[in-house]
Order: sequence, then C-alpha cells, then structure tokens
Amino acid sequence: MDSAFIIEKSVLIVVVFAITMVMAMYSTWAERKVAAFLQDRVGPNRAGWGGLLQPLADGMKLFAKEEFEPDTKNRFLFFVGPAIAMSTALMTSAVIPWGDKLHIFGRDVVLQATDIDGSLLYIFAIVSIGVYGIMIGGWASNNKFSLMGAVRAASQMVSYEVAMGLSVIALIMMTGTLSLKEISIQQSGMNWNVFYQPVGFLIFLICAFAETNRTPFDLAECESELIGGYHTEYSSMKMGFYLFAEYANMFISSTILAVLYFGGYNYPGMQWMVDNVGVNTANILGIGVLFIKICFFIFFYMWVRWTIPRFRYDQLMNLGWKILIPLSIINIVITGICILAFK
Amino acid sequence: MSASIQSISLSGRKKQVSNKEMTFWESLYLIAIVKGLLITIKHFFRKKATIHYPEQTREFSPVYRGQHMLKRDELGRENCTACGLCALSCPAEAITMKAEERKPGEEHLYREEKYASIYEINMLRCIFCGLCEEACPKDAIYLTISKELVPANYDREDFIFGKDKLVMPLEMAMKNAQLKNAN
Repeated sequence: MDSAFIIEKSVLIVVVFAITMVMAMYSTWAERKVAAFLQDRVGPNRAGWGGLLQPLADGMKLFAKEEFEPDTKNRFLFFVGPAIAMSTALMTSAVIPWGDKLHIFGRDVVLQATDIDGSLLYIFAIVSIGVYGIMIGGWASNNKFSLMGAVRAASQMVSYEVAMGLSVIALIMMTGTLSLKEISIQQSGMNWNVFYQPVGFLIFLICAFAETNRTPFDLAECESELIGGYHTEYSSMKMGFYLFAEYANMFISSTILAVLYFGGYNYPGMQWMVDNVGVNTANILGIGVLFIKICFFIFFYMWVRWTIPRFRYDQLMNLGWKILIPLSIINIVITGICILAFK
Repeated sequence: MSASIQSISLSGRKKQVSNKEMTFWESLYLIAIVKGLLITIKHFFRKKATIHYPEQTREFSPVYRGQHMLKRDELGRENCTACGLCALSCPAEAITMKAEERKPGEEHLYREEKYASIYEINMLRCIFCGLCEEACPKDAIYLTISKELVPANYDREDFIFGKDKLVMPLEMAMKNAQLKNAN
C-alpha cells in the first residue's frame, strides 16, 4: 500500500462526503422549491438568487436555536439517536461507484471509495442500522408521540426490507454479482437493468420510498397524528441531524436506484467517447450523467410527495405483505425461468 | 314535465359514485398514481399566482380601504379642522389629535382657522372600517386614495402614524389641482 493510494482514497472520501452533504443541503431547498411550483407558488426566493442561500440560513438558524432536552432517564440514548441516523446515512456512500476511472498523474484513479465484493449487502446492512437511530431517538424522548412514530418507523422498515431484498434477488440472479462496480460495468451502453427488470424496479422504488420514510409512507412523522413523530422532542442541531439524515438517505437511495437499474454512470456512446475523446473527459461526463439520473430521482421523490396522500397504516401493511412480497416472489420465479430459457 | 331531482345536474359535472371492491390492479394504486403525477406536473409549469409583494403590489379596487390620508385642497392647504368627529366615530378608538389656532401668515398651510397640530392614528387599533371618512365634515380623511397597505414593522410604537405619514404629499395635491383645471 503506497502513500499515493492513501492520498487518493482520502481525497475521494472527503469529496464524496462533501458532495453528499451539499446534495442533502440543497435537497431541502429543492424540496421547498418543487413543493411551491407544484402548488402554483414560487417558494423561497429572498435569500440569495432564487433562494439559493436558504439552506445556509436554515442551518445557521438550527445552530442558533435553544437546545431543549426533555427530562429523560436515557440522556445518552437521546444523544446517540440522531448521531446514528446521520452517520448511517453518510456511510452508505462509501461503496457507490461514482464513475469508472480517471487518469491523473499517470495513475488510474477508481472513482469509488471502496469496491467490496458484497457492496449491495453492505448497503442493506447499513440501511437496516439506520432504523435504530429513529427507534432509539423515539424511545429516549420519553414521549408517547415519539414512541408511536418510532414504532411505526421500525415496523414499516422491517416489512418493506423484505420486499426490497426479494426484488433485488431477481436482479442479482441476472447480474450474478453483488458488487455495484460489476453491476455498473454490465450495464454499459443502453443495457440498463430496468429494461430487464421493470417489475423488480417498481417494487424496489416503492420500497425505497418506505425505507426513506417519505410520503406516501411517512407514517413515522405524520404531523396530523403524531406532531413530529420520532423527532417531536428534538430541537436545535439534533433535530437538524434527523432532517439532514432524511435528505442524505434520499440522495443515497436515489443513487442506488440509478446505479442498480438505470445504468449508473453509463450513457450511450460512452465507449466511443473513451476511444476518441479521452478517458478523463468520457468519465467526467459519466459522473455528470450519474448526477443527472440522481437528481431526477430526487425530483421524483418530491414530485410523488406532493401528489399522493399518506397511506393508512393497515393499507401500508397490506401493500407491503400482501402485494409487494408475493409480486416480488413471482418476479424471482419468472426471472429464473427466463434465465434458464435464454442463457 | 319536470325531471326527477336525482337526474338534475346544475353544474353538469354530476358523477355517480360506487363503492365496489377494488380489483387487484386498482389496489396497487399504480394507474391512479400515474394520473395524479401527470396532474401535478402540469401545475409545475403553470404560471404562478404569487405577487412578489414589496416589489410588486396587487391592484386595488376603487373602494379599497388602505392606509389613511389627510387630504389637501387644490391650493395645497390641509382640509382638517380638528373637529374630532373622526375620533368620536372611531369604534376602535384609534384616532387622537390636538387642535391649534391658525396664526396669521399660515393661510397657505391650513384651510380652516383651526387645524390639527398633532394627528395620530394607531394602525394596530384601526379596523379600517371607514367610519372616520364618513364622519368627516371637511372632506379631510380618506382611506381609499392612498392605495397603500400599512407596512409591517418590529415595534408597536412605529405603528402610531403621525401627520408626517398621514398628510397627502404636496406634489400629489398639486397634481390633483392640475388635473382638475385640465378637466
């Protein structure tokens, strides 16, 4: 292991961290803007051009707010909750392949913090830990509403993880690998997985909504019933961490959707670009294409949020257990038959 | 001749609702969701209804009651004679004033022999009912001509508007006089 490798990876990690933070920050701005536009309003437009400084102002406000703590016996857990939510949200970005490779200073820099074989399993593991942040926070708040929100979040995420895992199994049967890098490479050209796995993609998409606690599945924090859900008792930057973690999760799940089903950094004619224009230009374009795909999915999350009302809890469980899980099992069977028949 | 009340639809949009069981595809909600998404994306590109307030102001109707204005006549003299009828008629008790006698040489400033040296309206108390305007015998106070909203502020004291904010600007009075002569 040479020092250049360590420097390369450190720079990459810092850049990925910074991009995740900035994307999460500007997701809050985009959410308000998209919400406004879908409701025939203009949204924040006072702080900076088009309200672009609004996230900074919001962040500063959260820092300056009074730090209120409920009289709880579990003070340690009360602090640990947002920390877990935030760190798990940021940890998933480690295995995402942001691009193929860049050629800098005579070295091939792989644009991925770490390429582990089971990166898909790693993501599922981290996302599952994420629910502990919500659960612990809701429990330690010593408040009925928070606890209800936490219970809802936990049972919802556990139910939808099953369907999500089953929908991904069909994908893994096709690709034969758990490495996101490999999956990206296999989708070069217009060979995107969404064309082979439309039903799997749909199930994964719905489950991603549930996993990120977004509308129509935001039962964990529905204002009309539970005040703020699990973060009712939180204030100041601890509350900011929860909100921020939600947006970071949204960014990461958009990235995973883009990488798994929409070809990741691949775009039509990428091989031609590599041969004729140069590796660096082609791959920087690839990063740009990946971010366009991610931004589309982030927009889609918001678009859906301002379209569909919240599910009732029994509807949510019915959809998860009685429709999505059978559908994904059927999808696995059909995928298996197709692989046997055509390969 | 007359149709049954059940079959009449005045709006022309009457729709029979049913409570039948959903089919499997309907219970997935997918088609309904796609329809909803198409509706919302149409709104995304629609012209926004917002008026950017401090930069743009909305159009007021001719009878809109906004911030008060103490009128001047065609020669630029204040109409108000500090009779106190506005204060008396005010149901919110928002108006107060102090009368003073016009000195010789001040005829170009005040129309009547008595004028209001202090005239204050508390805009937080005012309910913009326009009774002061109706009570005024001298045609002095109007809510309809300023076409202005009382602006927001941070201190309660700043909402007590004195003559500096209420009296019609001299240029406006002159312009009105010119318009009247032209007609």
